[in-house]
Amino acid sequence: MHSTSALSFSQATSVPTTNYAFHSHCPLNLRFCGLTTQAFGFSFSTHSASTRLRLSTRAPGHSNKISASPGHNGTPPTSFDYDLIIIGAGVGGHGAALHAVEKGLKTAIIEGDVVGGTCVNRGCVPSKALLAVSGRMRELQSEHHMKALGLQVSAAGYDRQAVADHANNLASKIRSNLTNSMKALGVDILTGFGTIVGPQKVKYGKVGFTDTMVTAKDIIIATGSVPFVPKGIEVDGKTVITSDHALKLEFVPDWIAIVGSGYIGLEFSDVYTALGSEVTFIEALDQLMPGFDPEISKLAQRVLVNPRKIDYHTGVFATKITPARDGKPVIIELTDAKTKEHKDTLEVDAALIATGRAPFTNGLGLENISVVTQRGFVPVDERMRVIDANGNLVPHLYCIGDANGKMMLAHAASAQGISVVEQVTGKDHVLNHLSIPAACFTHPEISMVGLTEPQAREKAEKEGFEVSVAKTSFKANTKALAENESEGLAKLIYRPENGEILGVHIFGLHAADLIHEASNAITLGTRIQDIKFAVHAHPTLSEVLDELFKSAKVKAPASTSSSPVSDPVSA
Amino acid sequence: MANILQTSFLPSTSSLRRTPISGSKGKSQVLQVKAKIREIFMPALSSTMTEGKIVSWMKSEGDKLSKGESVVVVESDKADMDVESFHEGFLAAIMVEEGGVAPIGSAIALLAETEDEIAEAKAKSQSSSSSSSSSSHKSVEEQPKQIEEAASSVAASPTVLASKTVALGSDVHPASEGGKRIVASPYAKKLAKELKVDLGTVVGTGPMGRIVAKDVEAAAAAGTVAASPAKPAPVAPGIELGTVVPFTTMQGAVSRNMVESLSVPTFRVGYTITTNALDALYKKIKSKGVTMTALLAKATALALAQHPVVNSCCRDGNSFTYNSSINIAVAVAIDGGLITPVLQDADKVDIYTLSRKWKELVDKARAKQLQPHEYNTGTFTLSNLGMFGVDRFDAILPPGTGAIMAVGASQPSVVASKDCRIGMKNQMQVNVTADHRVIYGADLAAFLQTLAKIVEDPKDLTF
Repeated sequence: MHSTSALSFSQATSVPTTNYAFHSHCPLNLRFCGLTTQAFGFSFSTHSASTRLRLSTRAPGHSNKISASPGHNGTPPTSFDYDLIIIGAGVGGHGAALHAVEKGLKTAIIEGDVVGGTCVNRGCVPSKALLAVSGRMRELQSEHHMKALGLQVSAAGYDRQAVADHANNLASKIRSNLTNSMKALGVDILTGFGTIVGPQKVKYGKVGFTDTMVTAKDIIIATGSVPFVPKGIEVDGKTVITSDHALKLEFVPDWIAIVGSGYIGLEFSDVYTALGSEVTFIEALDQLMPGFDPEISKLAQRVLVNPRKIDYHTGVFATKITPARDGKPVIIELTDAKTKEHKDTLEVDAALIATGRAPFTNGLGLENISVVTQRGFVPVDERMRVIDANGNLVPHLYCIGDANGKMMLAHAASAQGISVVEQVTGKDHVLNHLSIPAACFTHPEISMVGLTEPQAREKAEKEGFEVSVAKTSFKANTKALAENESEGLAKLIYRPENGEILGVHIFGLHAADLIHEASNAITLGTRIQDIKFAVHAHPTLSEVLDELFKSAKVKAPASTSSSPVSDPVSA
Repeated sequence: MANILQTSFLPSTSSLRRTPISGSKGKSQVLQVKAKIREIFMPALSSTMTEGKIVSWMKSEGDKLSKGESVVVVESDKADMDVESFHEGFLAAIMVEEGGVAPIGSAIALLAETEDEIAEAKAKSQSSSSSSSSSSHKSVEEQPKQIEEAASSVAASPTVLASKTVALGSDVHPASEGGKRIVASPYAKKLAKELKVDLGTVVGTGPMGRIVAKDVEAAAAAGTVAASPAKPAPVAPGIELGTVVPFTTMQGAVSRNMVESLSVPTFRVGYTITTNALDALYKKIKSKGVTMTALLAKATALALAQHPVVNSCCRDGNSFTYNSSINIAVAVAIDGGLITPVLQDADKVDIYTLSRKWKELVDKARAKQLQPHEYNTGTFTLSNLGMFGVDRFDAILPPGTGAIMAVGASQPSVVASKDCRIGMKNQMQVNVTADHRVIYGADLAAFLQTLAKIVEDPKDLTF
């Protein structure tokens, strides 16, 4: 899914890449040295830390390479080829692999396609490249905005192929960063489709070649997902497309229908309208952006939909979509979601199917260990342990990311992977999914963490606690006003009696970057009465959150231990 | 930090907002006035604004307001703006309803600090409203209904016009099932709603005959110009006869300007110009997005460049003001009013850029998003009613400019030439109204002769 991970991800991998370049024999990567030396001064501590990390893992990395090819070189400490095998080298698998190496596990990762999975190759990463373009186009086209800043710009235009190349280049760059970071740490990348043949046993191989059998103490399934295409929709990859095709930006239609108004649909509407297309949303539920907090989606509609060249049909299914052919346009049959009666027919230049994603779990050999998928998803418990058809846990088998369907976000997969590695190395760990932020990179951005207001109220009613809501506007923020981007809202849902943060929702400039203060607070269990004392640089957008926390009315007093004032006194 | 300001309301786009002094950060709570009930005033959104109309209340009575939240949309002279709250509290009483007009600085609502004070505020609003000017309240009751009626009357006129064009339209959408189904792009639909154009009467020129934005714009231009309000609005079906409809803010501004124009001594000079060459040129470059309006503006600007006095104006009654740039204002009828978007430096900008600029200005004008410099910097005005077959008319000189040119339709005429032949030529009549304090008859005559030369040999227009 499209998510926040792109940014944090590339940062995380850049350090090992540097290392690799330094110690590598591969001339191709030498250029990284030149590029990154400048950064050393700034990130010295990080770098030295990772150097230590690399040294500690180098030895197992080397022995891996020796044992991997014959497959039976297995000598003590275990009778397995690997400590951990991960099926699928997407963001989830990569996060797990990196953490496994850090924990000293001998790790292999099996990938049948390209390293990086959906996020890097067909998701968050290339879409961010397109959205970077659309953001600038929007700014340049908004003469009103430019004039208000005192700028004069002549008509903005774009070169479609160059924009598409930017997205593609970004994906390849991140992909090679990812590959190099794993190689540098000594993770074996095994090419081919992985299939589970029995407990702790996996085979892999390319189609038409003989399979190789490998064993591992623990196995993680991280096979991810593919775009979900509902019945009746014929995808031809040209005029009826999924996000996979749209990211290649092979053409910019005059009029495109987007089926689904979630993250993916919304982000693409931002891209397409900035590039001059008109957009029609088709949403099965009664309102647009159904997954967001209602107040946020209302505001988002006011800013991201109504003033743009977008119209929409809600409460309808696109029951039949025929690609353009024989001189006819793309034809979309709309059926009322409630009455199931034919409602309308649309004729457009292209249709993008953004109705969500389906798990990619076929051919995994789950039947060999008697696991039955639910709508394709691998059933897991809260520790990502796979549950078989009888409701029993399958030992040494875990499933993370889109394939388990718990939270279909790249960084959630990675977090789940890390959680699993913690468990297999002897430390119990349960991931709090309510602390995982999500973001939609429209202009302005939308981000959220935790519960929406209706969810919080429902929970409060059930469990009998009080819920309060605090809100602040970007219109009162100096930095936002300086940028002339003051449209925005931050909303905090909390428990007034103890100051617990239940959810934070932000719509506004750089919302995706701002959410982490809230998500970190939730992860660490920081209460509002304590975080109120944290100081924010002035003038910054982060003051939106500062004001948000300060406007909350919490009855509990601040805990003395975390009060910054008391520390120096006691010391 | 914002509480430091005494004004409770400021426009959201405002650059008036003072940046907080960093030292005061965090002290805001201390400074907060222990207040009771605050009045919300009609803000001054521009220097020329004297009164504002409430377009819509985004909050209703009893709603909680937080600092910085948008509360009400106000229509000023030309644009609609969001107005936000600078205090926290409860919207206790709305004193001017949607559609109502209030002078700037007058109270339009009351803001109570706490929920308990809402009732008190309500009582206060009732007592003050009975004593305050009743005019705004009267209009409150009448207006919404009348706006609807006025709207339907405007919508009615394009129907008449467009029904004629349906017959001419050859490119019928294959899927429209003989007009039963309407296929229009999202933006076209949006525009149609805004401009009150009935899509059923618009002929699509987009891919496969679908209706696109420019078709709607064309239909609207045809429709609303007919209902142009510079003169008394024509009685169209849908207007309830025997009622009195107050001016909108924009119509009020037009009215004031028209009366003011009476203080300027004007005179008129007409000219007949042959347009065969211009028509041919237009046909050739129309596909590149060039419009006739842009061509005429360009030709006029080139002629003005040779006659700077016609581009001048008289500000104080004692001197010529020679304008440094040639900015052509073009009168456009928009829903319920008239506005003059300005093509700046029309003599210097090439025709394609000028056409694009024009399209953009029209879009903005329709969305009521024109910025002041985009409608009040004209140095010479064009008014064209040719598309309705009007062959000649005369225009009122807008205050602050030197001259305005009324352009009639170009139509085939039988013309006797000097070599004793009779032939057919397309001719249009133009009529310039000018301020005789600065522009004399001979000036206009010379200008018109130059203009005619440019139009009759238009190669310079596309340089």
